[in-house]
Amino acid sequence: MRFPYSFPLTRAFSLYMGQAALLALETFASILAGRIRWRLVLRQIVEIGFGSQAVVIVTGIFTGAVFTAQIFFQFNALNMSTAVGPVVSIALFRELGPVLTGLMVAGRVGAAMSAEIGTMKVTEQIDALRALAVNPIDYLVVPRAVAMMVSMPLLVGECIFFALSASYLVATRILNVNSVFFLHHMEAYTHGKDMVMALTKGFVFAIIVAIVGCQQGLTTRNGAVGVGRSTTDAVVISSLTILMVNFFLTMALNIIFPAGQARY
Amino acid sequence: MGPSGDNLIEVRGLRQILAGQEILRGVDLDIPRGRTLVLLGQSGGGKSVFLRHLIGLMKPVSGSIRVEGQEIAGLDERRLEPVRRKIGMLFQDGALFDSMTVFGNVSFPLRERGVRDEGLIRRRVGEALELVSLSGQESKMPANLSGGMRKRAALARVIISEPSCILYDEPTAGLDPIVSDTINRLIRRLQSHLQVTSIVVTHDMISTNHIADRVALLRSGRIHFEGTLGELHSSPDPIIRDFIEGRSHEID
Repeated sequence: MRFPYSFPLTRAFSLYMGQAALLALETFASILAGRIRWRLVLRQIVEIGFGSQAVVIVTGIFTGAVFTAQIFFQFNALNMSTAVGPVVSIALFRELGPVLTGLMVAGRVGAAMSAEIGTMKVTEQIDALRALAVNPIDYLVVPRAVAMMVSMPLLVGECIFFALSASYLVATRILNVNSVFFLHHMEAYTHGKDMVMALTKGFVFAIIVAIVGCQQGLTTRNGAVGVGRSTTDAVVISSLTILMVNFFLTMALNIIFPAGQARY
Repeated sequence: MGPSGDNLIEVRGLRQILAGQEILRGVDLDIPRGRTLVLLGQSGGGKSVFLRHLIGLMKPVSGSIRVEGQEIAGLDERRLEPVRRKIGMLFQDGALFDSMTVFGNVSFPLRERGVRDEGLIRRRVGEALELVSLSGQESKMPANLSGGMRKRAALARVIISEPSCILYDEPTAGLDPIVSDTINRLIRRLQSHLQVTSIVVTHDMISTNHIADRVALLRSGRIHFEGTLGELHSSPDPIIRDFIEGRSHEID
């Protein structure tokens, strides 16, 4: 297999994937071995989970609102305005909720992780940890990964809740959709499996953001410029990875939880 | 050849290549127990790189590093931890954790080693800070300390866990002569009172004259000279003379 390696890009990509996979592996090995510092996990949950709520809520409200309006404009022409509820709901649970939350959190949290760990790297603080016989993965990566895996599903749920609330208000108060039909159809078409899908995606995206953010931080070089570069890379790589992984997750999860019929 | 009782660390044929450049070309050096060894050499000559190998922060391309007879060159991170508990390292800029106060930094090694008694932690931190003349600075953040204070706080973080060996990376670089003298005295005191083995990387001759039991000169990736302070000063070797007297042979 010499040929693909002759492309520098292929080589860099394989190298990156290898490093990220190794970090993920070591992180999960640490978690399974119970090397979890709960105080640090709690602090990270406050920082990551609690602190990301405003971003996620605003994203949810306006996505729900604008998506409702657009669907309404199209569907109303066909006299199907009460179908707005189920379409918005399914879209939010299956795709928009987890993906938008993932992207917003990648921007906010992934960047912060990579900047903080990257700065620690270039100022020898990571080496100081190692010199004090503290494993940087246990101390820095595990708490962030655990905090993300706990927080993200909750944030996804929060995003969807606010999006649906906004959708209901826009549809019934501004666009005059009948509220009873709106809610009835929405409820009839939205299943438990759609919620499971949303939470599963949130969980997977949490791992992506945490591993990419920490990996970028830990491999930072060249001082302040390097920190800037790894922060940008963390956001770009985790956002793109979320979008790509989302497609494959959708295809795989649709086998387990096929898109459903209405329950009447 | 078994581990000799007099040497804490024995390095043989240590080679390291960074960015295609051979920084260390087979370093052989014994570090005697309970003594202070000063490693001299030009800036960028691989002194710090050498020091980082002694605690496993860098893995050599080839060669052997024995700490108390145990080979550490091939150990992974987790198996290096027991070795690192015995050896402390003072980084060039201190490398204090900037998210914690001075108290948080100095108490960190104790907490990580499972000490939970807050009274004991408070007392030990107080003692360590007193030793480096930083009493009363517990609540300051590292960003609000001067360079010398940061280095002394970092030294308090090293000595609080009572290592048997301390590696100093340029402990007096960038400090004024008085603070430098404080650090030199501290290195001496730790060595004479606690029998700490010290390895000091520096190019500061005043500091060397003050603290060294033995001196080694690293040049072109190898140990060019190794001996006592007296032997260093009486050496006729022009390379050593240039280093001691600070001559560069460049035309003005």
